[in-house]
Amino acid sequence: MKLTESSKLRIVLLELEDQNQARDSAHFEYMQALLEKGFSVTRATPTGTTAPTDRSSLLVLGQFDKDQPPSDLQSENTEVRFEDSRHLNTEDVLALAEEIRETTSSFKHGDWKPWFPVIDYDRCTNCMQCLSFCLFGVYGVDDGDHIQVQNNDKCKTNCPACSRVCPEAAIMFPKYKSGPINGDKVGSKDLQREKMKIDISALLGGDVYDLLRTRSEKAKSRFSKERNPDKALNERVKCLNKLADSGDIPPEVLMSLPSPDVIQQRAQEAKEKADAALSRSQSKT
Amino acid sequence: MSQNQESTRILYCHCNYAQIISPEVKKEVLSQLCETNQAFDAVADLCEMAARKDPELQRLTQGGSVKIAACFPRAVKWLFSGASAPLNREQTEVLNMREQSPENILKRLKAKDLNPNLPEDNQPPQASEQPGKNK
Repeated sequence: MKLTESSKLRIVLLELEDQNQARDSAHFEYMQALLEKGFSVTRATPTGTTAPTDRSSLLVLGQFDKDQPPSDLQSENTEVRFEDSRHLNTEDVLALAEEIRETTSSFKHGDWKPWFPVIDYDRCTNCMQCLSFCLFGVYGVDDGDHIQVQNNDKCKTNCPACSRVCPEAAIMFPKYKSGPINGDKVGSKDLQREKMKIDISALLGGDVYDLLRTRSEKAKSRFSKERNPDKALNERVKCLNKLADSGDIPPEVLMSLPSPDVIQQRAQEAKEKADAALSRSQSKT
Repeated sequence: MSQNQESTRILYCHCNYAQIISPEVKKEVLSQLCETNQAFDAVADLCEMAARKDPELQRLTQGGSVKIAACFPRAVKWLFSGASAPLNREQTEVLNMREQSPENILKRLKAKDLNPNLPEDNQPPQASEQPGKNK
Protein backbone atom coordinates (compact mmCIF):
# COMPACT_ATOMS: atom_id res chain seq x y z
CA MET A 1 0.00 0.00 0.00
CA LYS A 2 1.35 3.42 -0.92
CA LEU A 3 1.94 5.98 1.81
CA THR A 4 -0.84 8.17 0.47
CA GLU A 5 -3.39 5.36 0.30
CA SER A 6 -3.27 4.35 3.93
CA SER A 7 -6.22 4.83 6.26
CA LYS A 8 -5.76 6.63 9.53
CA LEU A 9 -6.64 6.17 13.18
CA ARG A 10 -7.19 9.20 15.41
CA ILE A 11 -7.49 9.12 19.18
CA VAL A 12 -9.95 11.45 20.90
CA LEU A 13 -9.49 12.28 24.57
CA LEU A 14 -12.95 13.36 25.66
CA GLU A 15 -13.30 15.55 28.75
CA LEU A 16 -16.72 16.65 29.87
CA GLU A 17 -17.31 19.72 31.99
CA ASP A 18 -18.05 18.01 35.30
CA GLN A 19 -15.24 15.53 35.18
CA ASN A 20 -12.32 15.28 37.50
CA GLN A 21 -9.53 17.71 36.75
CA ALA A 22 -7.07 15.13 38.01
CA ARG A 23 -7.48 13.48 34.64
CA ASP A 24 -5.42 16.31 33.12
CA SER A 25 -2.12 14.75 34.10
CA ALA A 26 -3.25 11.32 32.89
CA HIS A 27 -4.33 12.83 29.60
CA PHE A 28 -0.96 14.51 29.22
CA GLU A 29 0.72 11.15 29.69
CA TYR A 30 -1.64 9.45 27.25
CA MET A 31 -1.16 12.21 24.72
CA GLN A 32 2.61 12.29 24.93
CA ALA A 33 2.86 8.50 24.65
CA LEU A 34 0.42 8.34 21.73
CA LEU A 35 2.18 11.13 19.83
CA GLU A 36 5.51 9.39 20.32
CA LYS A 37 3.99 6.31 18.71
CA GLY A 38 2.90 8.43 15.75
CA PHE A 39 -0.84 8.72 16.45
CA SER A 40 -2.87 11.90 15.93
CA VAL A 41 -4.74 12.96 19.05
CA THR A 42 -7.63 15.34 19.58
CA ARG A 43 -8.45 16.65 23.00
CA ALA A 44 -12.17 17.44 23.04
CA THR A 45 -13.48 19.67 25.82
CA PRO A 46 -16.46 22.00 26.16
CA THR A 47 -14.04 24.92 25.71
CA GLY A 48 -12.69 25.76 22.30
CA THR A 49 -12.97 24.06 18.96
CA THR A 50 -11.02 21.56 16.97
CA ALA A 51 -10.84 20.77 13.28
CA PRO A 52 -13.94 19.08 11.86
CA THR A 53 -14.19 15.31 11.82
CA ASP A 54 -13.05 13.45 8.75
CA ARG A 55 -13.22 9.81 7.78
CA SER A 56 -10.46 8.62 10.10
CA SER A 57 -11.27 5.74 12.38
CA LEU A 58 -11.69 7.04 15.91
CA LEU A 59 -10.86 5.68 19.34
CA VAL A 60 -12.68 7.84 21.89
CA LEU A 61 -11.35 7.66 25.44
CA GLY A 62 -13.33 9.22 28.28
CA GLN A 63 -15.24 8.67 31.47
CA PHE A 64 -18.52 7.05 30.59
CA ASP A 65 -21.45 6.04 32.80
CA LYS A 66 -23.12 2.66 32.58
CA ASP A 67 -25.47 3.57 29.78
CA GLN A 68 -22.71 5.31 27.99
CA PRO A 69 -20.85 5.32 25.74
CA PRO A 70 -23.11 4.63 22.81
CA SER A 71 -22.45 1.30 21.22
CA ASP A 72 -19.55 1.38 18.83
CA LEU A 73 -20.44 2.96 15.55
CA GLN A 74 -19.42 1.79 12.16
CA SER A 75 -20.20 3.33 8.82
CA GLU A 76 -18.94 2.67 5.36
CA ASN A 77 -15.86 4.79 5.84
CA THR A 78 -15.47 5.34 9.54
CA GLU A 79 -15.21 3.19 12.60
CA VAL A 80 -15.69 4.70 16.05
CA ARG A 81 -14.88 2.86 19.25
CA PHE A 82 -15.55 4.21 22.75
CA GLU A 83 -13.57 3.10 25.78
CA ASP A 84 -13.89 4.09 29.41
CA SER A 85 -10.39 5.22 30.28
CA ARG A 86 -10.78 5.42 34.05
CA HIS A 87 -9.02 2.14 34.67
CA LEU A 88 -6.52 2.33 31.87
CA ASN A 89 -2.91 3.19 32.37
CA THR A 90 -0.71 4.60 29.59
CA GLU A 91 0.48 1.17 28.51
CA ASP A 92 -3.12 -0.03 28.25
CA VAL A 93 -4.02 2.95 26.08
CA LEU A 94 -1.05 2.35 23.78
CA ALA A 95 -1.89 -1.34 23.47
CA LEU A 96 -5.53 -0.53 22.71
CA ALA A 97 -4.59 2.05 20.08
CA GLU A 98 -2.16 -0.35 18.46
CA GLU A 99 -4.77 -3.12 18.43
CA ILE A 100 -7.29 -0.87 16.70
CA ARG A 101 -4.68 0.41 14.31
CA GLU A 102 -4.07 -3.14 13.19
CA THR A 103 -7.74 -4.10 12.91
CA THR A 104 -8.53 -0.97 10.88
CA SER A 105 -5.41 -1.45 8.74
CA SER A 106 -4.41 2.08 9.58
CA PHE A 107 -1.01 3.44 8.71
CA LYS A 108 1.91 2.43 10.94
CA HIS A 109 4.09 5.39 11.71
CA GLY A 110 7.78 5.68 12.28
CA ASP A 111 9.03 3.30 9.61
CA TRP A 112 10.59 6.14 7.68
CA LYS A 113 12.23 9.34 8.93
CA PRO A 114 10.44 12.15 7.09
CA TRP A 115 13.47 13.72 5.44
CA PHE A 116 12.64 15.29 2.08
CA PRO A 117 12.90 18.63 0.28
CA VAL A 118 10.11 21.17 0.64
CA ILE A 119 10.01 23.79 -2.11
CA ASP A 120 9.28 27.41 -1.27
CA TYR A 121 7.46 28.43 -4.44
CA ASP A 122 7.56 32.08 -3.38
CA ARG A 123 11.29 31.89 -4.07
CA CYS A 124 11.60 29.14 -6.68
CA THR A 125 12.36 30.37 -10.23
CA ASN A 126 11.87 26.96 -11.84
CA CYS A 127 15.53 26.92 -12.92
CA MET A 128 15.67 23.11 -12.62
CA GLN A 129 19.12 23.07 -10.97
CA CYS A 130 17.76 20.77 -8.28
CA LEU A 131 16.39 18.37 -10.87
CA SER A 132 19.70 18.38 -12.75
CA PHE A 133 21.65 17.84 -9.55
CA CYS A 134 19.75 15.06 -7.78
CA LEU A 135 20.86 11.60 -8.83
CA PHE A 136 18.15 9.82 -6.93
CA GLY A 137 15.04 10.86 -8.84
CA VAL A 138 13.48 12.92 -6.05
CA TYR A 139 12.48 15.77 -8.38
CA GLY A 140 10.28 15.88 -11.45
CA VAL A 141 7.97 18.29 -13.24
CA ASP A 142 4.21 18.54 -13.25
CA ASP A 143 1.99 18.83 -16.33
CA GLY A 144 2.79 22.54 -16.52
CA ASP A 145 6.55 21.85 -16.41
CA HIS A 146 6.91 23.25 -12.92
CA ILE A 147 9.45 21.66 -10.65
CA GLN A 148 8.01 19.50 -7.91
CA VAL A 149 9.07 16.87 -5.40
CA GLN A 150 7.79 13.60 -6.80
CA ASN A 151 9.55 10.83 -4.91
CA ASN A 152 10.29 12.11 -1.44
CA ASP A 153 10.98 8.63 -0.11
CA LYS A 154 13.99 8.39 -2.45
CA CYS A 155 15.69 11.30 -0.70
CA LYS A 156 18.82 10.41 1.26
CA THR A 157 18.26 10.98 4.95
CA ASN A 158 20.13 13.98 6.37
CA CYS A 159 21.50 15.02 2.97
CA PRO A 160 20.64 18.65 2.16
CA ALA A 161 22.88 18.83 -0.93
CA CYS A 162 20.20 19.94 -3.40
CA SER A 163 19.33 22.88 -1.18
CA ARG A 164 22.97 23.94 -1.42
CA VAL A 165 22.82 24.19 -5.20
CA CYS A 166 19.56 26.13 -5.25
CA PRO A 167 20.51 29.71 -6.23
CA GLU A 168 17.42 31.14 -4.53
CA ALA A 169 17.61 29.19 -1.25
CA ALA A 170 14.14 27.92 -2.13
CA ILE A 171 14.64 24.35 -0.96
CA MET A 172 13.97 23.61 2.68
CA PHE A 173 14.52 20.57 4.84
CA PRO A 174 12.44 21.43 7.91
CA LYS A 175 14.35 19.02 10.11
CA TYR A 176 17.75 20.47 9.16
CA LYS A 177 19.82 21.99 11.96
CA SER A 178 20.23 25.56 10.68
CA GLY A 179 18.73 28.27 8.53
CA PRO A 180 17.68 29.06 5.96
CA ILE A 181 17.50 25.39 4.95
CA ASN A 182 15.38 24.64 8.04
CA GLY A 183 12.75 27.18 6.95
CA ASP A 184 14.16 30.21 8.72
CA LYS A 185 13.98 33.51 6.86
CA VAL A 186 16.30 33.95 3.88
CA GLY A 187 18.52 36.98 4.11
CA SER A 188 20.74 38.62 1.52
CA LYS A 189 23.82 37.02 3.12
CA ASP A 190 22.26 33.61 2.58
CA LEU A 191 21.74 34.36 -1.09
CA GLN A 192 25.33 35.50 -1.48
CA ARG A 193 26.50 32.31 0.23
CA GLU A 194 24.42 30.20 -2.13
CA LYS A 195 25.78 32.13 -5.08
CA MET A 196 29.33 31.44 -3.97
CA LYS A 197 28.59 27.74 -3.83
CA ILE A 198 27.30 27.76 -7.37
CA ASP A 199 30.37 29.64 -8.53
CA ILE A 200 32.63 27.15 -6.79
CA SER A 201 30.86 24.24 -8.41
CA ALA A 202 31.19 25.98 -11.79
CA LEU A 203 34.94 26.39 -11.25
CA LEU A 204 35.16 22.70 -10.52
CA GLY A 205 33.58 21.86 -13.82
CA GLY A 206 29.99 22.44 -12.91
CA ASP A 207 29.48 18.93 -11.65
CA VAL A 208 29.62 18.56 -7.92
CA TYR A 209 28.93 14.85 -8.15
CA ASP A 210 31.81 14.39 -10.52
CA LEU A 211 34.11 16.00 -7.99
CA LEU A 212 32.79 13.85 -5.19
CA ARG A 213 32.99 10.72 -7.28
CA THR A 214 36.58 11.42 -8.32
CA ARG A 215 37.66 12.05 -4.78
CA SER A 216 35.77 9.02 -3.54
CA GLU A 217 37.35 6.82 -6.24
CA LYS A 218 40.81 8.11 -5.37
CA ALA A 219 40.15 7.32 -1.75
CA LYS A 220 38.88 3.85 -2.57
CA SER A 221 41.88 3.16 -4.74
CA ARG A 222 44.26 4.31 -2.05
CA PHE A 223 42.55 2.38 0.71
CA SER A 224 42.32 -0.79 -1.30
CA LYS A 225 46.11 -0.93 -1.13
CA GLU A 226 46.08 -0.75 2.61
CA ARG A 227 46.78 -4.04 4.30
CA ASN A 228 45.43 -3.13 7.68
CA PRO A 229 41.61 -3.13 7.39
CA ASP A 230 41.15 -1.10 10.57
CA LYS A 231 43.60 1.53 9.41
CA ALA A 232 41.99 1.59 5.98
CA LEU A 233 38.57 2.02 7.51
CA ASN A 234 39.77 4.83 9.75
CA GLU A 235 41.35 6.60 6.79
CA ARG A 236 38.19 6.23 4.76
CA VAL A 237 36.05 7.57 7.57
CA LYS A 238 38.45 10.49 7.97
CA CYS A 239 38.33 11.26 4.27
CA LEU A 240 34.58 10.98 4.02
CA ASN A 241 34.15 13.10 7.11
CA LYS A 242 36.20 15.78 5.43
CA LEU A 243 34.01 15.59 2.35
CA ALA A 244 30.91 15.53 4.45
CA ASP A 245 32.02 18.65 6.30
CA SER A 246 32.78 20.56 3.14
CA GLY A 247 29.59 19.64 1.35
CA ASP A 248 27.44 18.92 4.38
CA ILE A 249 26.70 15.56 2.85
CA PRO A 250 26.45 12.56 5.18
CA PRO A 251 29.28 10.04 4.65
CA GLU A 252 26.76 7.24 4.23
CA VAL A 253 25.31 9.09 1.25
CA LEU A 254 28.73 9.43 -0.33
CA MET A 255 29.39 5.77 0.37
CA SER A 256 26.13 4.81 -1.29
CA LEU A 257 26.83 6.67 -4.53
CA PRO A 258 26.56 4.31 -7.48
CA SER A 259 29.42 3.47 -9.82
CA PRO A 260 30.92 6.28 -11.93
CA ASP A 261 29.17 4.98 -15.05
CA VAL A 262 25.79 4.94 -13.36
CA ILE A 263 26.41 8.40 -11.91
CA GLN A 264 27.19 9.76 -15.37
CA GLN A 265 24.15 8.06 -16.85
CA ARG A 266 21.81 9.36 -14.15
CA ALA A 267 23.29 12.85 -14.28
CA GLN A 268 22.78 12.91 -18.05
CA GLU A 269 19.18 11.69 -17.71
CA ALA A 270 18.42 14.28 -15.05
CA LYS A 271 19.97 17.04 -17.13
CA GLU A 272 17.99 16.04 -20.21
CA LYS A 273 14.79 15.95 -18.17
CA ALA A 274 15.52 19.42 -16.81
CA ASP A 275 16.50 20.84 -20.19
CA ALA A 276 13.38 19.44 -21.82
CA ALA A 277 11.13 20.90 -19.13
CA LEU A 278 12.88 24.27 -19.38
CA SER A 279 12.59 24.27 -23.14
CA ARG A 280 8.85 23.49 -23.03
CA SER A 281 8.37 26.05 -20.29
CA GLN A 282 10.17 28.78 -22.27
CA SER A 283 8.31 28.01 -25.50
CA LYS A 284 5.02 28.57 -23.67
CA THR A 285 6.01 32.07 -22.58
CA MET B 1 -1.82 43.07 12.34
CA SER B 2 -3.72 41.54 15.21
CA GLN B 3 -7.22 40.12 14.97
CA ASN B 4 -9.68 39.13 17.65
CA GLN B 5 -10.65 35.51 17.31
CA GLU B 6 -13.28 34.00 19.56
CA SER B 7 -12.84 30.43 18.43
CA THR B 8 -9.29 30.06 17.24
CA ARG B 9 -8.24 26.45 17.11
CA ILE B 10 -4.92 25.11 18.38
CA LEU B 11 -2.76 22.59 16.56
CA TYR B 12 0.31 21.15 18.25
CA CYS B 13 3.06 19.31 16.32
CA HIS B 14 5.22 16.93 18.35
CA CYS B 15 7.97 16.84 15.70
CA ASN B 16 8.41 13.22 16.60
CA TYR B 17 10.96 11.97 14.13
CA ALA B 18 13.87 14.31 14.77
CA GLN B 19 15.65 15.85 17.73
CA ILE B 20 15.41 19.40 16.48
CA ILE B 21 13.02 20.69 19.10
CA SER B 22 14.07 20.38 22.70
CA PRO B 23 12.10 17.65 24.53
CA GLU B 24 11.78 20.07 27.45
CA VAL B 25 10.11 22.68 25.26
CA LYS B 26 7.69 20.15 23.81
CA LYS B 27 6.89 18.72 27.25
CA GLU B 28 6.29 22.14 28.75
CA VAL B 29 4.04 23.31 25.93
CA LEU B 30 2.04 20.07 25.79
CA SER B 31 1.63 19.65 29.54
CA GLN B 32 0.56 23.27 29.98
CA LEU B 33 -1.93 22.90 27.17
CA CYS B 34 -3.37 19.84 28.90
CA GLU B 35 -3.75 21.84 32.10
CA THR B 36 -6.03 24.32 30.40
CA ASN B 37 -9.58 23.40 29.49
CA GLN B 38 -8.83 24.16 25.89
CA ALA B 39 -9.69 21.66 23.17
CA PHE B 40 -6.93 21.11 20.64
CA ASP B 41 -5.56 18.85 17.93
CA ALA B 42 -2.14 17.27 18.23
CA VAL B 43 -0.18 15.44 15.56
CA ALA B 44 2.96 13.39 15.81
CA ASP B 45 4.84 15.05 12.97
CA LEU B 46 3.63 17.47 10.32
CA CYS B 47 6.59 16.62 8.07
CA GLU B 48 5.64 12.97 8.05
CA MET B 49 2.03 13.83 7.26
CA ALA B 50 3.08 16.17 4.47
CA ALA B 51 5.36 13.53 2.99
CA ARG B 52 2.39 11.14 2.83
CA LYS B 53 0.06 13.92 1.63
CA ASP B 54 -2.09 12.82 4.52
CA PRO B 55 -5.72 13.91 3.95
CA GLU B 56 -5.85 14.79 7.63
CA LEU B 57 -3.86 17.92 6.79
CA GLN B 58 -6.86 19.16 4.83
CA ARG B 59 -9.05 18.52 7.86
CA LEU B 60 -6.64 20.52 9.98
CA THR B 61 -6.89 23.54 7.66
CA GLN B 62 -10.66 23.64 8.06
CA GLY B 63 -12.65 25.19 10.87
CA GLY B 64 -11.48 28.79 10.82
CA SER B 65 -8.47 30.43 12.36
CA VAL B 66 -5.72 28.35 13.88
CA LYS B 67 -2.61 28.75 15.99
CA ILE B 68 0.02 26.14 15.19
CA ALA B 69 2.80 25.25 17.62
CA ALA B 70 5.46 23.79 15.36
CA CYS B 71 8.57 25.26 13.75
CA PHE B 72 9.34 28.05 11.24
CA PRO B 73 6.29 29.65 9.60
CA ARG B 74 7.86 29.38 6.13
CA ALA B 75 8.37 25.63 6.56
CA VAL B 76 4.86 25.12 7.93
CA LYS B 77 3.33 27.09 5.06
CA TRP B 78 4.99 24.97 2.38
CA LEU B 79 4.55 21.66 4.19
CA PHE B 80 0.78 22.16 4.11
CA SER B 81 0.83 23.59 0.61
CA GLY B 82 2.93 20.72 -0.71
CA ALA B 83 0.31 18.32 0.59
CA SER B 84 -2.47 20.16 -1.31
CA ALA B 85 -3.79 21.62 1.94
CA PRO B 86 -2.85 25.29 1.83
CA LEU B 87 -3.28 27.31 4.99
CA ASN B 88 -5.27 30.53 4.98
CA ARG B 89 -2.67 33.22 5.54
CA GLU B 90 -5.10 35.60 7.22
CA GLN B 91 -6.24 32.93 9.67
CA THR B 92 -2.98 31.30 10.69
CA GLU B 93 -0.41 32.10 13.36
CA VAL B 94 2.60 29.82 13.73
CA LEU B 95 4.49 29.56 17.01
CA ASN B 96 8.04 28.38 16.55
CA MET B 97 9.13 25.82 19.15
CA ARG B 98 12.64 25.84 17.67
CA GLU B 99 13.20 29.46 18.66
CA GLN B 100 10.53 30.74 21.02
CA SER B 101 10.39 29.97 24.71
CA PRO B 102 7.59 27.76 26.06
CA GLU B 103 6.34 30.75 28.06
CA ASN B 104 5.97 32.91 24.97
CA ILE B 105 4.40 30.12 22.98
CA LEU B 106 1.84 29.38 25.70
CA LYS B 107 1.11 33.06 26.12
CA ARG B 108 0.27 33.29 22.43
CA LEU B 109 -1.70 30.06 22.41
CA LYS B 110 -3.84 31.30 25.27
CA ALA B 111 -4.27 34.82 23.91
CA LYS B 112 -7.63 35.70 22.39
CA ASP B 113 -6.13 37.61 19.49
CA LEU B 114 -4.48 36.19 16.40
CA ASN B 115 -1.28 37.51 14.82
CA PRO B 116 -1.17 36.02 11.32
CA ASN B 117 2.48 35.46 10.41
CA LEU B 118 2.76 33.14 7.43
CA PRO B 119 5.07 34.62 4.77
CA GLU B 120 3.28 36.63 2.14
CA ASP B 121 2.88 35.03 -1.26
CA ASN B 122 5.57 35.86 -3.82
CA GLN B 123 7.77 37.85 -1.51
CA PRO B 124 10.29 39.88 -3.50
CA PRO B 125 13.90 38.72 -3.08
CA GLN B 126 15.67 40.43 -0.20
CA ALA B 127 18.94 40.83 -2.08
CA SER B 128 19.38 43.34 -4.87
CA GLU B 129 21.03 40.72 -7.02
CA GLN B 130 19.13 37.65 -8.11
CA PRO B 131 21.62 34.93 -9.00
CA GLY B 132 20.60 31.97 -11.09
CA LYS B 133 17.57 33.47 -12.81
CA ASN B 134 16.83 31.72 -16.04
CA LYS B 135 14.47 34.09 -17.64
